[in-house]
Amino acid sequence: MKNFSLMRISIWVYLAIFFAYLLGPLVIMSVTAFNSPSFPRAAPWECLTFEWFSALFQDERILNGIKNSILVGLGTVTLSVAMGLAGALMLTQIWPKLRATYYTIIIAPILVPGVVIGISTLVFWDRVNRMLGLGADSFLSSGLFLTVIGQSTFIASYCMLVLVARLQRYDSALTEAALDLGASHAQTFRKVLLPFMRPAIASAAVLAFLASFENYNTTTFTFGEYPTLTIELAQKVRYGITPAISALAFIIVLLTVFAALFNEAKIRRQELVAAARKTATVEELETGKLRLPGFLSSNTAAVLLVVVAMATIAVVGTATVYSPAQCIADVKETKRLETELRIQQLRERRAQEAAQREAEQGANAPATDTAPKPSNDSGFGNVFNPGTLQDGGTETPEEEPDNSGDSSGSGSIFAPSNLQSN
Amino acid sequence: MSAGVGVNLENLWIRFGDFVAVRDANVNINGGDFFSFLGPSGCGKTTILRAVSGFLEPSEGNVLIGGNNMKGIGPNKRPTALIFQNLALFPLMKVWENITFSMEIKGASAKERRKRADELLDMIALSGQGDKLPSELSGGQKQRVAIARALCAEPDVLLLDEPLSALDLKLRQHMRSELREIQKRVGITFIYITHDQGEALTMSDNVAVMRAGVIDQIGDGKTIYNDPNTAFAASFVGENNVFRGTVKKVIGDEVMINTNRSGDLMARISSSNVGKMKEGDDAMLFIRPEAFSLAPLGTQGDHFVTAEVHKEEFEGNVFNIFMEGEGGKEMKVSLPNLGQSFESHKGEPMTLEYDVHNAVALPAGVLATE
Repeated sequence: MKNFSLMRISIWVYLAIFFAYLLGPLVIMSVTAFNSPSFPRAAPWECLTFEWFSALFQDERILNGIKNSILVGLGTVTLSVAMGLAGALMLTQIWPKLRATYYTIIIAPILVPGVVIGISTLVFWDRVNRMLGLGADSFLSSGLFLTVIGQSTFIASYCMLVLVARLQRYDSALTEAALDLGASHAQTFRKVLLPFMRPAIASAAVLAFLASFENYNTTTFTFGEYPTLTIELAQKVRYGITPAISALAFIIVLLTVFAALFNEAKIRRQELVAAARKTATVEELETGKLRLPGFLSSNTAAVLLVVVAMATIAVVGTATVYSPAQCIADVKETKRLETELRIQQLRERRAQEAAQREAEQGANAPATDTAPKPSNDSGFGNVFNPGTLQDGGTETPEEEPDNSGDSSGSGSIFAPSNLQSN
Repeated sequence: MSAGVGVNLENLWIRFGDFVAVRDANVNINGGDFFSFLGPSGCGKTTILRAVSGFLEPSEGNVLIGGNNMKGIGPNKRPTALIFQNLALFPLMKVWENITFSMEIKGASAKERRKRADELLDMIALSGQGDKLPSELSGGQKQRVAIARALCAEPDVLLLDEPLSALDLKLRQHMRSELREIQKRVGITFIYITHDQGEALTMSDNVAVMRAGVIDQIGDGKTIYNDPNTAFAASFVGENNVFRGTVKKVIGDEVMINTNRSGDLMARISSSNVGKMKEGDDAMLFIRPEAFSLAPLGTQGDHFVTAEVHKEEFEGNVFNIFMEGEGGKEMKVSLPNLGQSFESHKGEPMTLEYDVHNAVALPAGVLATE
């Protein structure tokens, strides 16, 4: 019994560590999006602010990057899913002896580094462009075209893998049945195969879009005049980052959560409907009196979805009326005071140290007469006459606490007090 | 009821590389017939069906449907509908959409389709189940939906590829009579593929027995069962006991065979082989288990067999006695249970008698292995 509970505890601990590892960075980054310091940090917490979101939406380059990313994403999805489906169909149709070879060839782009794909895309289409005698501003050398083509070369392979998995469960007798019932090949494809493949096509499209959205290493060679979001971010990071990027990341995380919850809720509902249909009697089905379960009933994901949506609306509502100006001003004031306090403390400490040193030197003066301390100024004046420190040395550091290094060399030689005492 | 459209196979050869799947098949199927191809798996019967439905081009010879040569005509242009072994219902379409798929292809409106689907659902006794998905139906219901879907296309010929093989025994027996019923109602030609001789015999007007790409015999059930053409047909259709030997004497349409085990036995020569069996030929003699009756122990003669009893079984309607047969095989004898008392003879010899007319003599050939 004891072992059992120990086991359970360790499993929970393990899970906690695992999820902390997995989600911790996201959580911390999301927190930084709402904190006011201009360098993204979660602690110390200063002020709740939404200014990074408005900063984000005022950043032309980021917005343009998002727009380009979406354009490229849509193009890549279209091209990759089409090529992936064609490739997957081919794989199931091809002569069995060639299948392994064909599979290797079509999967190869995944194994090729993205950098290589980027360069080769650029070089290849540049060649084609020149062979066709087109100028540098032609469609074939447009960044949008090149990026879509370049990304699709390997994203299509991902799509194919997803589609093949579904296609392998397709019973080719269905195609024959449709043909036998008088359908043409095109009709069979449209009415039988495509509906069957729809879930896989949707998955492949999502996968393709995400892969395109986050792609950097291929795009960096091909983007031309269409810098995508990743490119823009990378360029920005070079000059230091602001929490606006955290804000963008937070929005992406939130969208992902929404999509996941929505999908989950939909699946759950389908299950519930199927269960309800299964238990329904014939009369209920016939008269349409069958009561299907509501969207929210026994559907945790749907409830969560609504809660998250409400929370988002509430936060956006708050953000429009909330002004952190007062808080920021307070924090500034506190900071100023803190700084002053610190300077004050520093001064006091220096004064103390100086006094201490003086006392020590006074005590040790006869012994260390000819051997100056390395920390001491290596000038001439005070070495030979330690007494000068008594007058001038106590004053100098107090007035210029930050310029302690200044006195290297002939620091206090020209001090008037030096002359005075000499 | 129309006379239906006949199907003719003329010198049909189908090869896959070096392998000959169908060898020179010649079959005439009358319009409105229920015709079965019966054979063990791998004998080429499904290949013939695929050639008729248009999924396979014959290597040689012709398929004629209603007198028209089908060469180069695709499966979607032929007046046939095929019911697949696994039924191949479209899993994402509701039952009524499945049934009226052939109408959807032609662009019929949803209302028309719904109406026709309801008619067909009534016919297959599945009224009101049109809005279910195929996965929500039982095996027998799916079966009937597949039939309705094929019938909805109004084919001249319905092809069935072992459609009952996936069903359990009870349902299979029920569907047999149901299929026959449907066929009589719609009056179109049914071509049925099966390896189950029970199905073939109970449902068909005519049966073709196939072995390794060759059609051994075509005839109605009774002919196939009582008067087989070849040793294969005799051993594949129903149960049969075989006695190997050589022809000793031919007397008209009867023959005396010197069997390896049981001495000289008389038998009737199968009608297609009359005049073909000569003295000294290798021959086989077939006697059905139910053709035997008990005789006084030790009786000698050309229609008596004596052997030792190995095993006895009570099956309800019959007593099955398994006796020492030829080549280590058992010889099965079925005696009808007429309420008579039956003493065990296990380990003892027993003498059986048969009517010469019920024993069939055939030239030696390949037997069906079960």
